[in-house]
Amino acid sequence: MKGTDVTGLTVELDDLHRHYGDVRALDGLTLHLEPGELVALLGPSGCGKTTALRILAGLDIATSGEVRVGGKDLTRVPANKRDMGMVFQAYSLFPHLTVVDNVAFGLKLRGRGGAERRRRAHEMLELVGLSEHASRYPRQLSGGQQQRVALARALAIEPSVLLLDEPLSALDAKVRVQLRDEIRRIQLDVGTTTLFVTHDQEEALAVADRVGVMSDGRLEQLATPAALYSSPATPFVGAFVGLSNRIPASVSAGTATVLGQPIPVLPGSAADTGVALVRPEAVSVAASESGAATVVAVSFRGPVSQVTVDIEGTLVIAQVASGIALALEPGQRVSVSVDPAPVLVVAD
Amino acid sequence: MRWVRPLVLLAFAAFFFAPLWSLLDFSTKDFLTGGRTGDHWRALVENQEVRDAIVTSLELAVLTVALMLVLLLPTMIWVRLRVPQASRLVEFLCLLPLTVPPLVIVVGINGVYSWVNYFLGGSALTLTFVYVVLVLPFAYRALDASLSSIDVTTLAEAARSLGAGWLTVIARVVAPNVVSGVLSAAFISVALVLGEFTFSSLMHFDTLPVRIVLLGKGDIGASMAASLATLLLTALLLVALSLLDRRRSTRAE
Repeated sequence: MKGTDVTGLTVELDDLHRHYGDVRALDGLTLHLEPGELVALLGPSGCGKTTALRILAGLDIATSGEVRVGGKDLTRVPANKRDMGMVFQAYSLFPHLTVVDNVAFGLKLRGRGGAERRRRAHEMLELVGLSEHASRYPRQLSGGQQQRVALARALAIEPSVLLLDEPLSALDAKVRVQLRDEIRRIQLDVGTTTLFVTHDQEEALAVADRVGVMSDGRLEQLATPAALYSSPATPFVGAFVGLSNRIPASVSAGTATVLGQPIPVLPGSAADTGVALVRPEAVSVAASESGAATVVAVSFRGPVSQVTVDIEGTLVIAQVASGIALALEPGQRVSVSVDPAPVLVVAD
Repeated sequence: MRWVRPLVLLAFAAFFFAPLWSLLDFSTKDFLTGGRTGDHWRALVENQEVRDAIVTSLELAVLTVALMLVLLLPTMIWVRLRVPQASRLVEFLCLLPLTVPPLVIVVGINGVYSWVNYFLGGSALTLTFVYVVLVLPFAYRALDASLSSIDVTTLAEAARSLGAGWLTVIARVVAPNVVSGVLSAAFISVALVLGEFTFSSLMHFDTLPVRIVLLGKGDIGASMAASLATLLLTALLLVALSLLDRRRSTRAE
């Protein structure tokens, strides 16, 4: 469907502030999206990610800062003049219109002729796999189908930017994964620059070109999913993205000593002592009578399992192959080692 | 206990239909001979003043519904979307007429009506303004319930993101989804206007309820016929509106 002639535009949010009385929902957010890129904004509830998206959509007004799309300043442009497609968390299809009329709604407002509207609406419904439901009403569709129609409706107007505000959070787990992959496929197909807001890190890491982690109205880090996971820039990102062990460490000359092993530290680490944020998959365990650690629990998780060990009062989780994990028993002595990949050391 | 339900229904039916039956009985009774006669109904139909009063009351009902909807619906939608903090104030203002006795309103409004009469003439249709105030509390409740049943904010934001201006949002997105509330507000307004006596009588306008009372002073049979005719007319209007609502719902299925 590259034939839809949609070309992604750059999106720039510069030094956005949004204050509600004393509450600072956004506190100097700067975020740039490349043309055709899908960026996920990730963060806990109340971190300001939805506020940022609403300001980009024109549904909220920034206290200060600038919004530019394709180099054009849209800061004071009302929502209906911004040419952005949006999918909401709540089901937002118009209940009195059929599926095809919902999809064609934006085109009608743009004065497109009836035949063109119908053709484009059916094209979009085909894209989301719902062309056979064109004459149904929203209440006759499941939640997942409704969100797919909402996506088709948002894309029908050939928006300059696609905004997704937690579109999957009201759906059950299986549909969520299906639709998540479908959104990514369609986004790659049409090439629209997309901002995807979510609190689900698995979702963000799975679909985005880059993920922005937000906290307290600020962007903590914007990086590819792999970089975000392996090289967190701040303690917040290290703790928020994925599961991390907090193992006491001392730092000297760019090297941390973690469980007696020298490991390089990531930029932004503490200067002397603190705790190293170590991923469970970076920890290995092996049965050893002379080992310094004791197995506390073994938790089967399919091909890989989690082993919780106690090292001098510190609980450490290791993610190891189930074949190794299931041979261990609580109370057994084990030796523990850490992969020498760089870690972030933060103040305790 | 299977017979309890039919028995209760029967008791209610008797309670509602007994007065109607009595009206029919009275309005067809020849008080001299004790037999049946259509004279009272004939007198009613041939009475030009009654016919005029019926037309006036129907016109008032239509105008009241129209003005109430034009004022109230966009206001309520706008308050929900743009100034939700004002919703309590609007609710208070709309419910206020319930708390003020009609007599007090009439006394208060007489001064205003000298201006209304000056600018618009002394037509009974100027009662529309008072009737809009009278039906506000009931219409507000019906529309409020309907608006609460949909996610107005999300629908409006979705429409805005697709390029809709505020007028389009109200007229083409929100209003079509609260039609059942609009019809309920219209039902109750029509019923109230067709039965309203106090205002029109005290303000010396000749509406159907006023004419029925006047008629009762001269020809009790015709007065009964007029009362029954009013009840049937109101019931017919309400059934027609309700059928309209049902047809709309069926079409939307």
